[in-house]
Amino acid sequence: MTAHLPVLQVVIPLLAAPLCAMVRHGRIAWGIALATSWTTFGIAIRLLAQVQAEGPISYALGGWAAPVGIEYRVDLVNAFVLVIVTAIGAVVTPYALKSVEQEIDAAKIPLFYAAFVLCLTGLLGIAVTGDVFNVFVFLEVSSLSAYALIALGQDRRALTAAYQYLIMGSIGATFIVIGIGMMYVMTGTLNMVDLSVLLAELGPNRTVAVAFGFLSVGISLKLALFPLHFWLPNAYTYAPSAVTAFIASTATKVAVYMLLRFFFTVFGGVFSFDVMQLDRVLLPLALVAIFSMSLVAIFQANVKRMLAYSSVAQIGYMILGISMASVTGLTAGILHLFNHALIKGGLFMALGCVMYRVGSVEIEAMRGLAKKMPWTMAAFVAGGFSLIGLPFTVGFISKWYLILGALERDGWQWWLVVGLVLTTSLMALVYIWRVVEAAYFQEAPNAESPGGGFPGEGTSAVVEAPLALLIPTWVLIVANFYFGIDATFTAKVAGSAARSLMGIAP
Amino acid sequence: MEDNVILRIGAKILIPFILMFALYVQFHGDYGPGGGFQAGVIFAAAFILYALIYGVDTAKRVLPLRFAWFCGALGVWIYAGVGVVTLFMGAEFLNYNVLRHDPEHGQELGILLVELGVLTTVFGVMVAIFYMFAARRQVR
Repeated sequence: MTAHLPVLQVVIPLLAAPLCAMVRHGRIAWGIALATSWTTFGIAIRLLAQVQAEGPISYALGGWAAPVGIEYRVDLVNAFVLVIVTAIGAVVTPYALKSVEQEIDAAKIPLFYAAFVLCLTGLLGIAVTGDVFNVFVFLEVSSLSAYALIALGQDRRALTAAYQYLIMGSIGATFIVIGIGMMYVMTGTLNMVDLSVLLAELGPNRTVAVAFGFLSVGISLKLALFPLHFWLPNAYTYAPSAVTAFIASTATKVAVYMLLRFFFTVFGGVFSFDVMQLDRVLLPLALVAIFSMSLVAIFQANVKRMLAYSSVAQIGYMILGISMASVTGLTAGILHLFNHALIKGGLFMALGCVMYRVGSVEIEAMRGLAKKMPWTMAAFVAGGFSLIGLPFTVGFISKWYLILGALERDGWQWWLVVGLVLTTSLMALVYIWRVVEAAYFQEAPNAESPGGGFPGEGTSAVVEAPLALLIPTWVLIVANFYFGIDATFTAKVAGSAARSLMGIAP
Repeated sequence: MEDNVILRIGAKILIPFILMFALYVQFHGDYGPGGGFQAGVIFAAAFILYALIYGVDTAKRVLPLRFAWFCGALGVWIYAGVGVVTLFMGAEFLNYNVLRHDPEHGQELGILLVELGVLTTVFGVMVAIFYMFAARRQVR
């Protein structure tokens, strides 16, 4: 069966999703989802080990060989992405049990897990496939289920947030499929490796340039690059806690992977960066994203929304690394995929704990919370350290490589980039500190604030979150420090992945 | 529509033919235009016509929402199940060659089963969506 691992990675969750939808009991659906997420995680680990040992794996669906049939192709880049997505899935699913039982109608819980597992299917499918149209199909699978998941949020505004995401996401997907269609017209193939060969033979061509434009815009919308990020803050803020933790640390990461795949493998780094000069677009947008979104995050009253804006800024870091189009820059970008998934997953899960007990994630409601929920707030602070990029955390590793990449380049403007990365780290310190100040140094809003401003009992009755929520949260937080202290594994994989994307032998 | 005799009788005459035509589109898909998706839509259209003429509640007694839902899930299992069977028979996922001794017959059988899965899912989902929209008005 090991030869079939690439397809099982997708088929197992695909089979589990309808099963979840058919059971009537939420806990059984959860059990199925849990088994699925752990199985896929195991498969992803096996695949990564196999790719590291033996090089890329190719799998012909239906026995039809590569350019004609659909090929699943796993190399270091997507094996790493598969590990990221499944690892987050494996941690979020145990966490979801309690959090979802509180936030979602009991009757809808089996459907929730069906959508959750389908979303996992789609994300894994995008990562594993070597066929550009298959990418689009799985993109729709993951997006449609993500819209449904977001719409399940308690707040009625979740519906408009999901609708907004639906419109924007569909426009993005349309742009992507138009781009794919144009490439198909010019080459007659949908296989990525085949496309890269045929596109290179084709030489300068206007249709290919237009396809490139459509794909850039479509993918940028999906990964929430700065001016196309408007769907993201609302979607993250109003989605159920477990969904925010899952989507924030996987969906945009997979979109960044699509960007890497299309621009480096399909079009080739030379075409994307020397002919089309993509870096001239990506670099300024990334810098503006990092700076402006960090600034906006400082002024948010809702902590979930604050972290959502921070996510747009963090995506800016990834794009900044990619736009350097050098091995070190790409390594930084790919490393930050993994590291940011750990950081934001941990932080959003800590916020989910707060939501579970307090019923609100406004900064006001979190005053004096550190005394009542010490472990939750400690997790938040530790995750915050990682977001800021203090040494011994994964955030530091990402920024270290990013700055190394910038210093490799000549010219004074790259010193500005370094300065900006350092400045925005301080801005992250400011917005994390606002939460720390409220939770640790302010009194809980008891009798002196009439009404309290949030549903349920006042914070005085609040106790520490249950272990079912705390343990998964701390698993991610500890991972933040583990991979921050010993980054040899992640840096090695990201480095080889970057070299393979640049076309240099690893 | 209770007292609309022409519509009621017309629907009664038409529905069996619609169902038959759906199956024709399904099984003749190898040779002519058609296939699982179109067949599923036509099959669902017969039930939707029934619901329009005789009322959603009557239709739900014939075909409960839960069953439509079940069909939606079952189809995915038929489709992917064929793939899993080929896996266990030692070939790639959805490689129909191994389903029969003769690869050509295997391909034919494989396609037919997979299209049956598509029909089941499309039919179930179409009817479920129709019920959902119909239920929206009943609430108010």
